[in-house]
Amino acid sequence: MLSKTIRQDWLSNIRGDLLAGLVVALALIPEAIAFSIIAGVDPQVGLYASFSMAVLIALTGGRPGMISAATGAMALVMVLLVKEHGLQYLFATTVLTGVLQIVSGVVKLGALMRFVSRSVITGFVNALAILIFLAQLPELTNVSWVVYAMTAAGLGIIYGLPYITKAVPSPLVTIVVLTSVAMALGLDIRTVGDMGQLPDSLPVFLLPDVPLNWHTLRIILPYAATLAVVGLLESMMTAAIVDELTDTPSNKNRECVGQGVANIATGFLGGMAGCAMIGQSMINVKSGCRGRLSTFSAGLFLLILIVFLGPWVKQIPMAALVAVMIMVSIGTFSWSSLLKLREHPPSSSLVMMATVVVTVSTHDLAKGVFVGVLLSGIFFAHKVGKVLRVDRSSDDAGRVRTYRVLGQVFFASSETFVASFDYKEVVEKVRIDVSRAHFWDITAVSALDKVVLKFKREGAEVEVIGLNQASATMVDRFAVHDKPDAVEQLMH
Amino acid sequence: MNRIYACIDGQSHTLSVIDWSAWAAQRLNVPLEFLHVLERHSERARTQDFSGAIGLGAQEAILQDLSRQDALHSKQAIEAGRRLLSSARERAAQAGVDQLDGRLRHGEFVATVQELEVDAQLLVLGEHCRPAPTQDLNFDHHLEEVIRCTQRSVLMATKAQFVPPKQFAWAFDGSSAASKTLDLITSSPLLTGLAALVVMAGANSPERMQQLQQAQQTLEKAGFDVKVQLIAGEPNEVLPAFVKAQGAHLLVMGAFGRSWFKQLMTGSTTRTVLRVSDVPVLILR
Repeated sequence: MLSKTIRQDWLSNIRGDLLAGLVVALALIPEAIAFSIIAGVDPQVGLYASFSMAVLIALTGGRPGMISAATGAMALVMVLLVKEHGLQYLFATTVLTGVLQIVSGVVKLGALMRFVSRSVITGFVNALAILIFLAQLPELTNVSWVVYAMTAAGLGIIYGLPYITKAVPSPLVTIVVLTSVAMALGLDIRTVGDMGQLPDSLPVFLLPDVPLNWHTLRIILPYAATLAVVGLLESMMTAAIVDELTDTPSNKNRECVGQGVANIATGFLGGMAGCAMIGQSMINVKSGCRGRLSTFSAGLFLLILIVFLGPWVKQIPMAALVAVMIMVSIGTFSWSSLLKLREHPPSSSLVMMATVVVTVSTHDLAKGVFVGVLLSGIFFAHKVGKVLRVDRSSDDAGRVRTYRVLGQVFFASSETFVASFDYKEVVEKVRIDVSRAHFWDITAVSALDKVVLKFKREGAEVEVIGLNQASATMVDRFAVHDKPDAVEQLMH
Repeated sequence: MNRIYACIDGQSHTLSVIDWSAWAAQRLNVPLEFLHVLERHSERARTQDFSGAIGLGAQEAILQDLSRQDALHSKQAIEAGRRLLSSARERAAQAGVDQLDGRLRHGEFVATVQELEVDAQLLVLGEHCRPAPTQDLNFDHHLEEVIRCTQRSVLMATKAQFVPPKQFAWAFDGSSAASKTLDLITSSPLLTGLAALVVMAGANSPERMQQLQQAQQTLEKAGFDVKVQLIAGEPNEVLPAFVKAQGAHLLVMGAFGRSWFKQLMTGSTTRTVLRVSDVPVLILR
């Protein structure tokens, strides 16, 4: 008897998975070619990568139904590497990327994704969409009006056809129609064949032809590290999106390891590094996929189509691919995030915009996400820092002053904390009750020391009440989740 | 250990599950609770859109579309489940059961049964859904999975219409587990008063005859009217047909052995019997 998970992941939705796989394979062809062009390599490299990424991630990944292949996010990172060092170094980098990803999966770095806020994810997705769109512009500048007409017609078919029938993938119809028109009229426009070599055989195992020494490592390691981060980020985000769409869980760490395995294999098969694809995964789910079979079959269909239809693929005008890629870019872009820009808190919108701007200007999604996460951390600290109040009361005919501190004291609020006391007041004794405050870090404790010292200098006697309770939060390992009363205590 | 859970799903054997569980509830004098589990099957897709085009706000649109479909199906399933449970309670009440309850749960069937079985004395389930001749793969393993992981006795009702049982057959194998089953048969009020037919499959040998006679004596001492029979052949091949031919209304079997090896061996016997038997099967443990 087959194990239950295998049955569920592979065999419970055979028809839907195979059909979705076919739809995805057809949409993968233009994408793989387009991303190869972005990276500056032959279309063959992207197509082999898409085949091997899809097939392997179907077997090893942690999110059934997610599509992985050659992606724009990854292609953008490797541009300089290809230009300066050539294809063989790209293959070596791809293998190293996989190794790094496996390591991050084994040490369970997937858990770090919880620090990536919704705004950063939205920014990432939007930046990705913009980058995909920008990458199409070279095909649309300094060209004849025929290309514009073809692209417009392509978009018309892509978005118009589903109103008539949903039985055939409209991107496929676009490609077939535009290719036939271009061939019939003998149009002099750029075709896929002009972009470089297409695969004419199955991929074969090959060792990257690079010297195995420190020098090589120093060249490829920075690229591999960036690729690993970008790949995992996009994969984790796509996994989260697919989780939400299908209302099923995924195994994030298994996905990290799976991405690594797929990339290592891809490097040895002469492909470029890849990762999960947001747009394709959405198309996949929309077309009725739920299991691993879909991703697997998408990879296989892709290879079969490419190897056997190679001569025809060469004739596809670039305008048709551009139309498909514009669709992917539009579909990936989160339009609701623009509409809600004003509704959302300004800090969230700012984080989103910063992520987009940094990513688009550096062409590096890792940098964009880094800035986004950093900003959201700062904004969060700023917000929580406002949760602080110091009440005062006096007794003993004004000789004793009591300050009652409520709220969070840490690096972001320590200055406010110090400023909340009236040092100019002449009193004999100052009582600072911090039993309902939380001292989160060393900064908070030294701020308290500073306050005490200031009062002492003014000649007052200082008594601090409840410091032990307040600083309980400072112990890094304090874990409240397994002690129900602990949260109560913490929140008083 | 104080109630019977009858798992109903609206398939062709549901009526018989209700009747058998009502019979068992009256015999054991414990409350009867009907259980209907709504499985979501999120691993299967319902969409039929192969256009492959994603437009403005695709993610939100797809999410809304899919969750609307799910909501619609869930509501229908809940409605149908409520109807199923109330008609089951009606039927059991007519049969004379007075302590009745119904339970509708979201989740996975086997996991739900495992959660509930803590206070169960007996589980009643419908037979394995036999695949149509054109179907090669059969995904319905609920019954087998429940039997494999439960600690309770399980009564498998078949499509055959319920008749109050007069005679039960006991598939006896002479093992040490069989003596435990013997204890269960004699100690439970479920089977008292029924005629017993002790069947052993295998070649005729003095040892087997002796084991059979011992079993017969113990059962007779407990007040059963006993017949014994030794038939040649593999248990899973000869037992179901023989039991049916003898007119027994219930086939009683011991649970699988504890060790994984035994489970592997006897498990396959039990599984085959469960799949082919036209007579309801009671697995005691």
